[in-house]
Amino acid sequence: MAGSTLASATASAPAPRRRVTPGQEAWRRFRKHRLAVVSLFTLGLLVLALLVGPLVWTLPIDEIDFTARLQGPSWEHPFGTDDLGQDILARVLHGGRISLAVGVAAMLVAVFVGVLVGAIAGMSRGRVDAALMWLTDLFLSLPELPLLLLIIYLFRDGLGAIVGPEAGVFIMIVAVIGGFRWMPVARLVRAQFFSLREKEFVEAARALGASRSRLVVRHILPNALGPVIVAATIDVAAAIIAESTLSFLGLGFPPDIPTWGRLLFDAKDNLDFAPHWALFPGLAIFLTVLTINFIGDGLRDALDPRRVT
Amino acid sequence: MNDAPLLALHGLKVHFKTDDGMVRAVDGVDLTVNRAETVCVVGESGCGKTVTAMTILKLIAMPPGRIVAGEIRFEGRDLVPLPPAEMQKIRSKEIGFVFQEPMTSLNPVYTVGQQIAETVRQHEGLSRRAAMDRAAEMLRLVNIPNPQRRVNDYPHQFSGGMRQRVMIAMALSCNPKLLIADEPTTALDVTIQAQILELLNEMKQRLGMAVLLITHAMGVVAETAQRVVVMYAGKVVEEATVEALFADPRHPYTQGLIRSIPRIDLAATTHTRLEAIPGTVPSLLNPPIGCRFAARCRHAMPDCVAAEPPLREVTPGHKVACILYPEVHA
Repeated sequence: MAGSTLASATASAPAPRRRVTPGQEAWRRFRKHRLAVVSLFTLGLLVLALLVGPLVWTLPIDEIDFTARLQGPSWEHPFGTDDLGQDILARVLHGGRISLAVGVAAMLVAVFVGVLVGAIAGMSRGRVDAALMWLTDLFLSLPELPLLLLIIYLFRDGLGAIVGPEAGVFIMIVAVIGGFRWMPVARLVRAQFFSLREKEFVEAARALGASRSRLVVRHILPNALGPVIVAATIDVAAAIIAESTLSFLGLGFPPDIPTWGRLLFDAKDNLDFAPHWALFPGLAIFLTVLTINFIGDGLRDALDPRRVT
Repeated sequence: MNDAPLLALHGLKVHFKTDDGMVRAVDGVDLTVNRAETVCVVGESGCGKTVTAMTILKLIAMPPGRIVAGEIRFEGRDLVPLPPAEMQKIRSKEIGFVFQEPMTSLNPVYTVGQQIAETVRQHEGLSRRAAMDRAAEMLRLVNIPNPQRRVNDYPHQFSGGMRQRVMIAMALSCNPKLLIADEPTTALDVTIQAQILELLNEMKQRLGMAVLLITHAMGVVAETAQRVVVMYAGKVVEEATVEALFADPRHPYTQGLIRSIPRIDLAATTHTRLEAIPGTVPSLLNPPIGCRFAARCRHAMPDCVAAEPPLREVTPGHKVACILYPEVHA
């Protein structure tokens, strides 16, 4: 057997060697993807700026100053001001927190639902699987944007009345975006489960007396997580875009909560004489989404067990 | 009670429902394993050995598989009607199982120590620390050098033979009374095979358990077994002590099997062709009436296809299912 001779050659290598956990191994491979490492660094800086920026750049986001309307970048206002004289840098920093929070939260919703549906479908044969996949296909075939608009129109006020307008919008946008992004994850997890549950080590664990739930949680799921992590990363970027789209259409957060998409929406009428207003939030979205996608690429290479480099 | 066999299969039938019809993979198998005894089940690919072994722990996929008839008595208790939760307690606590493929039978995302410890914790409720200590102890038991350090290694850091040792350590970690090993050496090269067989023998002596070894290699049989069960097309065709079987094989199929063992000593000096049994195993979808080996048998006669020969005791302790031999009443 080629496999066994190969393995014994490595096992009989000289004794002193470092213990390598799967995490370290993945990091070693991730580092080889230069663009991903640069992206990780850039995104790290960006997140850091969003976290500590508002503490350093203490200009309020809603201080109206009509003497300083629509100014271009200056030392006083590095990103310029909007039509009410509000500082755009402060608004971008503040809005980024919300945009990123929406992205991460929506990703968590999508991954949770996706893994749950995918795992149930993957473990059950026959009718349950067929029904869940039918549901997945149904969701995939729904026209996303019109439906989002409809849901938000219908429920924004009701939910806002219960948990407060800001939390209400946040919860709704996260639920709506996450609720429309779980399908690829579900399919991914289901496919992984189908192949993994026939693996010998699952059978072996069963022979050793592991229960069904134990098989799923301890043996199958961890082996299926690699592609899910990659999909989740890219989902964050997609959710940020989705939030921007909704906000740009005026259906996201209210004007007093400046997310990146909302800033673009406010800036669109003044593009001719104040391009800086749209430029900086747009750049922020662009950089965030681009770096997240590169990181996803790097993770895919790092977590793919078939790539041995 | 102690005289009763540890494991006794009576008329076990396992059928698989496929699109083409019922596959009678195991069609009436009787088999006993006594305490501290090694029993080998031999036969060529597709004769139902593995299905028999897996069925004992109910590891076959049901559906499409189904235990149609028979009973599996372990210490007198029939396992066939047991619910899944009860079967879980028997697996590895009472009956350990070692698979054929050591390369893929370990979960790649956990260290081997974690995997052994998991089994121990589950069945014996040990603490995490105690379970890891037990794991290291088990690795030492199966002669893995430097066990304290190796418990923290991942499966890919082990060679095939070492992984099979780990699998055996896992199967033995809860002190089962019976170890079922399904072709444990098939995927390994010859020198490692010998080591693993030796290890199994050693474990058996030290822990006093019984072993049911599934194999297709007659060499393995000669080296390990006390009693041998020869299977053909889902049925037992011959059962004897290992000495009787090799000295005086009765069933034409067993004779063929023994004749087809390659002999290095003869091959080097004379240019004889390796003997093989002509033909292939009949389809288990529609097994032929009468003796299933008749189509390939050099002694076949008209009576062979008339009715199925029952498994009869021809000399004390030696059972054969062939009409060549009249039953002796001791």
